[in-house]
Amino acid sequence: MSSENVRFTDFKSDKQPTWCPGCGDFGTMNGMMKALAETGNTPDDTFVVAGIGCSGKIGTYMRSYALHGVHGRALPVGTGAKLANPDLEVMVAGGDGDGYSIGVGHFIHAVRRNVDITYVVMDNRIYGLTKGQASPTSRSDFETSTTPEGPKQPPVNPLALAMSAGGSFIAQSFSSDALRHTEIVKEAIEHDGFSLVNTFSPCVTFNDVDTYDYFRDSLVDLSEEDDYDRHDYDQAKDAILDADKEYMGVLYQDENSTPYHEAHGVTENMAEIPDGAPDGATDLVREFY
Amino acid sequence: MHDDLNWAIGGEAGDGIASTGKIFAQALSRAGRHVFTSKDFASRIRGGYTAYKVRTSVDEVQSVVDRLDVLIALTERTVDENLDELHEESVIIFDGDRTEFSDFEAPDDTVGLDIPLKSLAEDAGGAIMRNIVALGAVCAVTDFPIENLDESLDKRFGNKGESIVENNKEAARLGYEYVKDEYAGVENSYELETTDNDYVLLNGDEAIGMGAIAAGCRFYAGYPITPATDVMEYLTGRIEQFGGHVVQAEDELSAINMALGAARAGARSMTATSGPGIDLMSETFGLVATSETPLVITNVMRSGPSTGMPTKQEQGDLNMMLYGGHGEVPRFVLAPTSVAECFHKTVEAFNLAEKYQLPVYLTADLSMAVTERTYEPDEFDMDEVEIDRGKLVDEDEISAWQNEKDQFKAHAVTADGISPRAVPGTSGGVHMSTGLEHDELGRRTEDTDVRVEQVDKRNRKVETAEEREDFDYREFGDTDADNLVISWGSNEGTIVEALGYLDDLDVRVLSVPYIFPRPDLTEDVNTADEVVVVEANATGQFADVIEHDTLERVDRINKYDGVDFKADELADEIKQTLEA
Ligand SMILES: Cc1ncc(C[n+]2csc(CCOP(=O)(O)OP(=O)(O)O)c2C)c(N)n1
Ligand code: SF4
Repeated sequence: MSSENVRFTDFKSDKQPTWCPGCGDFGTMNGMMKALAETGNTPDDTFVVAGIGCSGKIGTYMRSYALHGVHGRALPVGTGAKLANPDLEVMVAGGDGDGYSIGVGHFIHAVRRNVDITYVVMDNRIYGLTKGQASPTSRSDFETSTTPEGPKQPPVNPLALAMSAGGSFIAQSFSSDALRHTEIVKEAIEHDGFSLVNTFSPCVTFNDVDTYDYFRDSLVDLSEEDDYDRHDYDQAKDAILDADKEYMGVLYQDENSTPYHEAHGVTENMAEIPDGAPDGATDLVREFY
Repeated sequence: MHDDLNWAIGGEAGDGIASTGKIFAQALSRAGRHVFTSKDFASRIRGGYTAYKVRTSVDEVQSVVDRLDVLIALTERTVDENLDELHEESVIIFDGDRTEFSDFEAPDDTVGLDIPLKSLAEDAGGAIMRNIVALGAVCAVTDFPIENLDESLDKRFGNKGESIVENNKEAARLGYEYVKDEYAGVENSYELETTDNDYVLLNGDEAIGMGAIAAGCRFYAGYPITPATDVMEYLTGRIEQFGGHVVQAEDELSAINMALGAARAGARSMTATSGPGIDLMSETFGLVATSETPLVITNVMRSGPSTGMPTKQEQGDLNMMLYGGHGEVPRFVLAPTSVAECFHKTVEAFNLAEKYQLPVYLTADLSMAVTERTYEPDEFDMDEVEIDRGKLVDEDEISAWQNEKDQFKAHAVTADGISPRAVPGTSGGVHMSTGLEHDELGRRTEDTDVRVEQVDKRNRKVETAEEREDFDYREFGDTDADNLVISWGSNEGTIVEALGYLDDLDVRVLSVPYIFPRPDLTEDVNTADEVVVVEANATGQFADVIEHDTLERVDRINKYDGVDFKADELADEIKQTLEA
């Protein structure tokens, strides 16, 4: 399949999603598929990695090379795959629990490593698949089955975590704003380095606070703010730490950051190896004389 | 004079013990002598007792013995720690100028050489070279040509500049001459003959790293842990020359997942860790197996459980490697039995992983990992390395594995249990891999028939491998003997040496490098009168496996104090057990 005639439906598998009708994950996934097609990728050269959760099922519903891994570890898998074959378009997806709870350590390190992968987090501020417990992005007073009086801890701010770890592309989108979401993911794919797209993908079954209406009414779209400059670190920092508002768009981008493959000279497809020991291997023995 | 010389340097961690020991070991190896080294180190960077022992002979040496002929004691404690091994011809080199040695007297029946190591080192250009002064003294005592030491110093310090090298050579010479001048008569107490043989000197971790590169491994992710870190340190800086890359991951969970990602992308990929790290990797281990990803996981065992004794010897993780992880997971477990075999089994591990598309544990124990041994270089013949990538399919072959809707059957049910493998980027091979139970296309299922079919398919790989591969053991001693000694891992060398102490007791020895799948020992065990299994753990994990396989009770010799078996000790135990 050559990239010119790829359409976004080529990225759709024949498996019907088992997400609840109305789940935000549908929109998030559609945007990802469109973005992949519109940036000239094909299912053959795309590798999608997901963790565990409703969000993690995405690899099943998309048509591409994919790996559905264990809870919280999708980013390391994506990192290994991208380093082993830089020609692959590697996209990692997961939930807020997957990425910011069990996998938060990997998140910080993936950001600072700056490997050229795109990370889309379907943030519904709840654990969906395990049926409605608090997640790290749940509000501190949000009552759930395991937090009857609310978690009583402030939520994690993933954008701030990414910024503090030296993130070079930090964005937020909303699954039901299909156009903007697709655009943002496209920019993330095109960014040379690690890109975070935190996508609000409402859970219609277990979260009655962070709803479509809530996001529609409250999100401020930065592309409509004339004086917002995504390359301005201080401005980005203020927006990210702003406790009163939530933003949509690319909050920060450093186009001059050095992606991992450049910093470390990892540019070859490692799948290709000779039939025997590589040339020069005998020198390895000679070292021990 | 014995030609079989045991030499040691001991002091506190931070005294440069290991590098000094290695300089001498390399000089001996280059002089065409066999060398076997062992390290006694505590889990701290400064303070505590540390020693590096070198046994050398013109004949092959495979273990340590209970005898110390020449000792450089940088601290008084070094002498105390080794009292049992000293004898009346033992030479102890110490620096009486150091306050801690001011009242020191060499133990009765040993020969003490009080040498002002520090001030001689200062004369040569710096106190830091006192260990080198001592090495010069050792050359004098052993009549070992100091030029051979010079070569070693060139190699060790060459990249630090000419003057550093010259100063070190001068330091060695001052030590050498001091003994000649002040201790005439003691000089030449031992005679270390040199030969024209060419040997290489390396340890198990290095052999594993070298094997990985030889096998075409290009991706390594790991998290530092004793005693596996040396594998990562070896690969760093070398694998890049072969188009590979090493990542120091944030933890073991990440390390194995990165290695898995690289393997899915088609690279030959490895991670290495020790017991605690294997615990952390267990969840992903199941994913590796279920997604049928070829991956080599090296476990350099140390003494457990929990943090246990991180710098001490043990073979305690066999059960974990055989049975660890939730659910039932087909895996291979290879356990090389010598440093050279670490190289060969690493190459084999990569081939098996790709041929059978499953995780392969490659395990060395601490002793083997840190022990250096000399070998003929052609033991590591790179021309003999063969690479078998198994059923890795390309674009053209894919159509044979597609269903009617052109979907690639990455988990096709086959007679041998092995499915085709297409890596991302291969056109037409698009599929998903998952840890969920799945159908031939990789799609989640809870269908009872499909579940059973897939479980059987994955397990069938083991049967196929048992038919096609040679999971053999090595045999030595008296092959007709009625007494059978069985061993795995690094004990092999010690047992070979122990045979020399068994006098008129005839034993047949089997050394088994394959833990799973493993050779069938039923016949051997059933026909023997007495069977004893030697292993460095408390419960006899391999002995349990043999009893399970053969339905026969076996005797056990277990050592779990953290210290290596010694040949003479082990011979006594074997005698007692077999004659009881
Ligand atoms: C090691 C481990 N712990 C716990 C679970 C159970 N588990 C499955 S999904 C999930 C939470 C998922 O939440 P999130 O990432 O927010 O995804 P969502 O389902 O909301 O999309 C948990 C805890 C698991 N599968 N593995
Ligand atoms: S439970 Fe929530 S997150 Fe999961 S599919 Fe349903 S709506 Fe989506």
